[in-house]
Amino acid sequence: MLKIAIEKIDELFALVAQNQALYIPSDNKDGAAEYTRWSEGVKYSNALNTLRSAKDFFFPQTEDLVDFKMSGKNIEIIDIRKETEDFVIFGVRACDAKSFFILDNVYLSEPVDSYYKNRREHATVITMACSKPSETCFCSAFGIDATQPGGDVECASDGTSFFFEAKTEKGKAFIDSVSSLLSDGDTAELDNAKAKTKEILAKLPLAELSTESFGADKLTELFNSDKWAGLSESCLACGTCTFVCPTCQCYDIKDFDTGHGIKRYRCWDSCMYSDFTKMAHGNPRLTQLERFRQRFMHKLVYYPANYDGVFGCVGCGRCLAKCPISMNIVKVMKALEVK
Amino acid sequence: MNNDTLIPHLGVVTDIRIDTPDVKTFRVVSPEGGKVFEHMPGQCAMLSIPGVGEAMFSITSSPTNKEFMEFSIKKCGCLTSWLHMMEVGQQVTIRGPYGNAFPVETELKGKDLLFIAGGIGLAPLRSVINYVRDNRANYGSVQIVYGSRSKDDLVDYQEIINEWMNDDGIEVNLTIDNPQEGWDGHVGFVPNYVKELEPSTSKTVLICGPPIMIKFTLAGLKEIGFQETQVYTTMELRMKCGVGKCGRCNIGDKYVCKHGPVFRFDQLNELPNEY
Repeated sequence: MLKIAIEKIDELFALVAQNQALYIPSDNKDGAAEYTRWSEGVKYSNALNTLRSAKDFFFPQTEDLVDFKMSGKNIEIIDIRKETEDFVIFGVRACDAKSFFILDNVYLSEPVDSYYKNRREHATVITMACSKPSETCFCSAFGIDATQPGGDVECASDGTSFFFEAKTEKGKAFIDSVSSLLSDGDTAELDNAKAKTKEILAKLPLAELSTESFGADKLTELFNSDKWAGLSESCLACGTCTFVCPTCQCYDIKDFDTGHGIKRYRCWDSCMYSDFTKMAHGNPRLTQLERFRQRFMHKLVYYPANYDGVFGCVGCGRCLAKCPISMNIVKVMKALEVK
Repeated sequence: MNNDTLIPHLGVVTDIRIDTPDVKTFRVVSPEGGKVFEHMPGQCAMLSIPGVGEAMFSITSSPTNKEFMEFSIKKCGCLTSWLHMMEVGQQVTIRGPYGNAFPVETELKGKDLLFIAGGIGLAPLRSVINYVRDNRANYGSVQIVYGSRSKDDLVDYQEIINEWMNDDGIEVNLTIDNPQEGWDGHVGFVPNYVKELEPSTSKTVLICGPPIMIKFTLAGLKEIGFQETQVYTTMELRMKCGVGKCGRCNIGDKYVCKHGPVFRFDQLNELPNEY
């Protein structure tokens, strides 16, 4: 397998960045990893995961959709879309890599979302196998192998080198473009490292989390569960879970008057907010119970009902780490589980 | 880049009809003339005044109308108030059509039809009623039960008395909530009126109106002997995208904008009661 010594990775980044924008996880001043555009001096972080998920690359927090110019009774519609330039994301973990396919199901199904597709098509995704999964990880519950993260190029480390394996045509082109820096390497150490990671994965506290009690056929039973009241009771409706979630895909569309015209943009929204479903004649989800239930029913029942049984969660654990009241999907699943 | 459904088309308002104190019907054509797009009865469109708002409205005109589309809109919020203040010649943005339609070419064909509407709930049904009138041979008898708060709140009143009531094979039953000077028709709420009329249980029912009216009318229909599989309705929830992606108009695993807005009651009953 082709590899590069870890201490030489900056050379590879420099080569890639000559032609395309390159984004890598890098520690910010608070010590949290965030995807950062690479330039000389930006250091790769081997942190388990980035603070915000990688969905931002394809589904940014806000984006402009269309412009309007108003004059008297007339309206001019201005299509502001531009072809995105090619870019590379390096170091995507298996959970985030899987989340792209969950978003694809929504945004690439008819009618295709051209904004999302544009970015997706121009991105090369280079994943990174996990070596130190943490106690908040539960990707294996959703059938994800953290040692085989996929992407266009799958990357893994044995502690001294990064190994590269192309998984798609785009991935092959990437490897060809940096082959001058790569050399053939023995994977014995890498196989050992992966075996060790698998041992850790099997011993994680959430390794036994089961999805048996969830799915499309459990809709009525789960919706009517009397557990929702207790589970949602202390929810602050802050929406943090939604914002750090790699699979949360809901958006709002708003207009902004720039003084020279109207910008129509979309931005992330959250089903945890009271005005998400509020209409002139009322609100079908009146209390936080209904809104809280919606978020988890969507991931565990509605999404699988619409997309061949695939769950709308990848077990990245961000919501476990970030919820201010320590409520999360794992607690919800355990409470609703039928044993 | 391909067209994106989120980028709207231009429309021009060529006629504004005052239906009731709070309902106006707007005629919309493309700037070049003619309809902006084709639709089927029951489908909806997103209308917008940029900078004011964008919202989903049912298309009240029938697709058999080849010249224009119409929207009957009740004044109840920010955007609708703006629409009520605008004048003929105003451009709007429009995108669609969205959602499924009443199954006029399949399940409803050859059936005796009973339309039940309350208030502005007539708007989506008017599209079906006029489609049926224009394809009369394809359907059996037509009965329309329509009720409103007062005579002045009956939407499309002129069309009802001048056209629908003069059609052969169409029975129109109007009712208003309270007695009113100049009204010698029926007085009372729609659910009770439907029971009094004792419609034949062989009919297929299309119902739209305030949720409370639908609830009691459906209960009454069941008492008479109607099955849920015979009754269709059309739903409305808050929407942003119109294509099942923005995530807010779902009832269970169904998006009203995409899988609806038309549902049969047996289908609706399989979904959580969250609408």
